Amino acid sequence: MKRTIPLFITAIGGFVLIAAVFSGYTQSWGEVAAIWFDVLAAIAFLLGGGNLMKIHLRKISDRAAGWAYSVVTLVAFLATLIIGLGKIGVNPAEQFPDKVFSGSYREVGGPFWLIYEYAFKPLTATMFAMLAFYVASAAFRAFRAKNFEAILLLGTAFIILLGRTYAGVWVTGFLDPDGPLSGLRLENVTVTIMKVFNTAGNRAIMIGIALGIASTSLKVLLGVDRSYLGGGEG
Amino acid sequence: MYEFLRDLDRRWIFLMMFLCVAVPIIVIGITGKTFPEEPTDLVRAVFDSIEDLPRGSKVLLSYDYDPASEGELAPMATMFAYHCAARGHKMYFMALWPVGPQMVDDTIENILKRDFSHLEYGKDYVNLGYKSGYEGVIKVIITDFTELYSTDTRGTPWSAIPMCEDVESVQDMDLIVNVSAGYPGTKEWVQYAVTPYPKLRIVAGCTGVQAPLLYPYIPEQLHGLLGAIKGAAEYEALVTARYGAEMAQRDAEGNPLTDDEGRYVIRGKYTEGIRRMGPQLVAHLLMILLIILGNIVFFIERRKERRR
Repeated sequence: MKRTIPLFITAIGGFVLIAAVFSGYTQSWGEVAAIWFDVLAAIAFLLGGGNLMKIHLRKISDRAAGWAYSVVTLVAFLATLIIGLGKIGVNPAEQFPDKVFSGSYREVGGPFWLIYEYAFKPLTATMFAMLAFYVASAAFRAFRAKNFEAILLLGTAFIILLGRTYAGVWVTGFLDPDGPLSGLRLENVTVTIMKVFNTAGNRAIMIGIALGIASTSLKVLLGVDRSYLGGGEG
Repeated sequence: MYEFLRDLDRRWIFLMMFLCVAVPIIVIGITGKTFPEEPTDLVRAVFDSIEDLPRGSKVLLSYDYDPASEGELAPMATMFAYHCAARGHKMYFMALWPVGPQMVDDTIENILKRDFSHLEYGKDYVNLGYKSGYEGVIKVIITDFTELYSTDTRGTPWSAIPMCEDVESVQDMDLIVNVSAGYPGTKEWVQYAVTPYPKLRIVAGCTGVQAPLLYPYIPEQLHGLLGAIKGAAEYEALVTARYGAEMAQRDAEGNPLTDDEGRYVIRGKYTEGIRRMGPQLVAHLLMILLIILGNIVFFIERRKERRR
């Protein structure tokens, strides 16, 4: 039963969504299924939170390597959750002054806003900004012209790197923008690479992926592929 | 020299990158000088899509990004809001990312409330907020907004919001503007909104790594695209060229509207993209230099190995 019921739900859900696309009569079924999906997605947050707690509590109780980071994670998670859900420090909304929790949890100056503004925002921005340093280091150590393909890649990288800045305009500025050789201006070569070569390659990959998804989905819907159910007897 | 490059500590590279970004920021901040931008066709398509809509058109702005990509995407998000407001469109803000509402709040606070104080919440713009469900949200609101958005972020019922009275679903929008940092984002809007309902029009702004993946949808399914900070800078150039006089007028506070060269003096927040092209230029040149130096080391090593 543990495996049969999920298989049944998957098949019904999948085939309803397929039928909704191909038939006008069943279109509303697809809309209902989509609403169910959104409700389930909201519930998935609970599962995710529970799983996070479970993993990190176990790590702390086992004193596993890096357990102190788990403490930081749990404290940050619980503090944000309690402040956000409890709407701590939130004032009532202007239009509902007698309703205690009617204000926005994102209110400027509130505890949740402080967490977002002074912890979440700088931390995530810093993590993303650090990419520039690692990419620069990788460019020096790993980007080698080892063979013909690598040389092509390097050449394209140079054109795009120059073409996406004013350097591209400056380097090939001697070519008349309206002349017959205007296509060789670096900013135009960049556009051609993106529009022609990149699009052609990406479309081929996307069509391949789509065909793969279609075949895998059919296997799942028909119950041939049951790996998503995990192990265990049913 | 060869030994120095071969054994180069990566901390020197980090320092060089830091200087390559920091120095242009400081120089541009002091001098105010920036590089000129020549908009490409894709950016012009974005501009025209908003500009050509009749006044009072309904524009859905979905801000699907977070603080991690704010440096790259906030300038275009700012400009989208400015352009729509200046053009007199009705703006419906929403987000598919959990921290998207904060991005919307920033835009409303810094652009609409400060520079368009005559615009009224609920009549000219509304913040619908975030809903969980990734592309599932698009699949629902494409036929009925109220299934998920029964209220706006202030708790006002959908039916009590004046500008939502004649809006049933995304299909009632004249244009979708998406600012995207990944999944869910422009790809999902194209796949689940524009492709099944081809009458809908969408333009987008995205991160640099996303842009190549979105080109295959241009121009039938995606009508215009701002790729990374370069796209934002070009879009800023178009919008400031069209609305520069109004922007300068608003910020002048008694000061001259134009500089010595006759260009309108426009406040930093509307030229953030253009200003960031300076650090981008120098950082890109550093990358090219590092690749060349790395390959010089590589070829010298290879020659030495062959000799052995």
